[in-house]
Amino acid sequence: MDVVLLSRIQFALTIMFHYLFPPLTIGMGVVLVYLEGMYLKTREPIYETAARFWTKIFALNFAIGVATGIVMEFEFGTNWAVYSRFVGDVFGSALAAEGIFAFFLESGFLAVLVFGWDRVGPRMHFFSTLMVSLGSIFSSIWIVVANSWQQTPAGHHIVAVGRGGADLLRAEITSFWALVFNPSTVQRLVHVWLAAFVLGAFFIMSISAWYLLKRRHEAFARRSFSGALLLGTVSSVAILLSGHQQGRNVYHYQPAKLAAFEAHFTTGRGDLSIFGLPDEQAGVIRGNVAIPGGLSFLLYDDFSTPVLGLDRIRPEDRPPVLIPFLSYRVMIGLGVGFIALTLLAAILHRRGRLFETRWLLWVFVFAVVGAMVANQAGWAAAEVGRQPWVVQPPVVRGADGEPALDADGYVRYETATVTAPDGTTRQVTAGLKTADAVSEAVSGPQVLGSIALFGVIYLLLGALWLVVLNHKIQTGPEPPHEHGTDDLAGAAGGLVGHRASMTGLRAEES
Amino acid sequence: MTLHVIWFVLMAALLVGYAILDGFDLGVGILHPLAKDDRERRLFVNAIGPLWDGNEVWLVTFGGALFAMFPEAYATIFSGFYLAFVLLLFALIFRAVSLEFRGKLTSAGWRRAWDWAFFASSLGATALFGVAVGNGIMGVPLDHAGVFRGSLFDLLGPYQVLVGLLSVALFAVHGALFLYLKTDGAVQDRLGQAVWHAWGIFLTLYLLTTIATLTMVPEAAANFQHYPWAGLVVVANVLAIAYVPRALFLRRYGRAFLASSLTIACMVFLFAMAVFPNILLARNDPALSWTIYNAASSEKTLRIGLLIAGIGLPFVLTYTGIVYWTFRGKVELDSHSY
Repeated sequence: MDVVLLSRIQFALTIMFHYLFPPLTIGMGVVLVYLEGMYLKTREPIYETAARFWTKIFALNFAIGVATGIVMEFEFGTNWAVYSRFVGDVFGSALAAEGIFAFFLESGFLAVLVFGWDRVGPRMHFFSTLMVSLGSIFSSIWIVVANSWQQTPAGHHIVAVGRGGADLLRAEITSFWALVFNPSTVQRLVHVWLAAFVLGAFFIMSISAWYLLKRRHEAFARRSFSGALLLGTVSSVAILLSGHQQGRNVYHYQPAKLAAFEAHFTTGRGDLSIFGLPDEQAGVIRGNVAIPGGLSFLLYDDFSTPVLGLDRIRPEDRPPVLIPFLSYRVMIGLGVGFIALTLLAAILHRRGRLFETRWLLWVFVFAVVGAMVANQAGWAAAEVGRQPWVVQPPVVRGADGEPALDADGYVRYETATVTAPDGTTRQVTAGLKTADAVSEAVSGPQVLGSIALFGVIYLLLGALWLVVLNHKIQTGPEPPHEHGTDDLAGAAGGLVGHRASMTGLRAEES
Repeated sequence: MTLHVIWFVLMAALLVGYAILDGFDLGVGILHPLAKDDRERRLFVNAIGPLWDGNEVWLVTFGGALFAMFPEAYATIFSGFYLAFVLLLFALIFRAVSLEFRGKLTSAGWRRAWDWAFFASSLGATALFGVAVGNGIMGVPLDHAGVFRGSLFDLLGPYQVLVGLLSVALFAVHGALFLYLKTDGAVQDRLGQAVWHAWGIFLTLYLLTTIATLTMVPEAAANFQHYPWAGLVVVANVLAIAYVPRALFLRRYGRAFLASSLTIACMVFLFAMAVFPNILLARNDPALSWTIYNAASSEKTLRIGLLIAGIGLPFVLTYTGIVYWTFRGKVELDSHSY
């Protein structure tokens, strides 16, 4: 069994499941800060009711995000040991910074956020919410820094480390800030944040729309929907602009990846394919419906400028085309849909007709699935488009700033001169291929076994998440908070406990 | 002290923080079957409700720091102990979700299932940590590239299993003392009894482990000849262990908890002394070991890491202080509890 393929499948499975939750947390965190801030400002109980309700759902999402996040940190070592040896010196700093600066902040103040309603005053509670939201944003900074370094490495040099018969390379930091602000970090980070805001907003709009349709908790649902709609509209529009800038950046630093996104097989005028199915063998798009010169225009503001195609990439360095092409289109298609949807809703909202437009509310109930798919598809395009590299070496550029070609007419990737422990020097590639990055000591059957176990557990986890989420939605927000409700809830809890103890007793007797 | 030694000490400090803090909430999980009814079970899980997640971050940060500062050791350990880490991950996932899901529905069957998951995952994770420590002291066979190619069964020798059991007993004592401080009434009386039992089992296992270490892995004590002052930690360890029953007898449970915390700190320190300057000892040939020198990142990274830790740690301690202060005192169940 192919350890590389299995390890990739396992990583894809675990990261995609994990990544359902962090963007929700980031997006909902912003809404929670808004709701609690409004409560502090206006003291209207409806804001507190809303904040309390969404906090419960936030906590549920957060818990699954944490539980599945540890898997990611361990998986670099368990399945990708050679990769860990290669990137540890650079990647590790970002990960350690994430732990120190983000995880402690999030987990500490989450306790106050979730359990502290009756233990701290509203100002301290608001502060805790702000800290949790900041923590989740800090966390995204460091992980995107690390991932962006794999796309567009900077601030490091390659050195040979070897012991015994082993001859391993690794990247070592030369400049921390060059590493942090590598050429793609800022744009990708903005894109990830906006995508998280879109998802958080659509998640809240979905549940609120359902309440409105069912005529339950309407005042609460209207308030929540309006707040989320504002965030969703602004983010949906902004992400299109961010995506456009990012497309150009990808083309500049990772031309092979952009060629895969667009299935641009042959260098020349870039057409923008709207529909179609790429055939990688034949190097054409079947059933192609395209805007002639559209890609050239997006990249160069000119319909005829030639765009670098996959034919300029060495065959062994070419990424697969089908997955990046399709997922890129799914992401953009959905993104354009979100703009249309949120703008329409915003216009109707201004005219005071939104909450009577039932068909649109129904669309919003389900649109959250689209937002999740768009987040996943974006990452799938970004990561599969980077293949066959796990750390892609930078492109060599000529004096004109255009990619330099080698004698065979292919784009050149940077190489590095390294000195082995025995003193001999040699030229090596400045990146790392995914196929060379897996653990030396792990076998196919082991990975197959862990895939099966992760698969079962994540299916169970996903199902339970839906059950509990549904239960919370059915229960709905509690009525505005007054003194005494706690005692009632405590008494109810006591009754529940009593019943459980009775059944427990019977079980022991029988 | 060189940068490498400073980072070794910092890693040990992270491990001490983790073992003391997550130690009591893992212990609460191990003792979970002692709770007699749903109210008591809720008391148990809510005693650690606001705290366990932050405690686990110490482990996450330890893992991240190992990756950053000693990537070769991180890669060899995590890939070589593949199945053990996958099992540990399952235990940690189940623990997190059992705490989170348990209170969400009121059905008795639902709660019973999560109670079992919480107990089994706490026990499993603790035992695995102990087995890992046992393997750290024993060392594992490494090849010339510094890779460990073995199976889970190579890691489950009698010595390693003994250390695994010792960890379970230690965290049970620690967790029982924590719960004692957090509860009152009948359940507190029962916990008072449980501490005595757990302490008795711990003491037996502690003596057995000490004998086993000195006879089966005598080289673990070699550092004490180079650093005689480390003998003071052994004395402190014995005094801390002996102080637990004294404090129990005097009904000074807060002090007993401090003594069990000190015991944990001493034991992690002794573990660090047993392996130093190795991170992973090669049992077949010590020259192949991963040490704090050959497994480390570049000096620049070690320095950057030190700066990050220096800036971050005061904040971390502040948050931890705020959270523990906010949730001080006996557990109270309210509508926000699990």
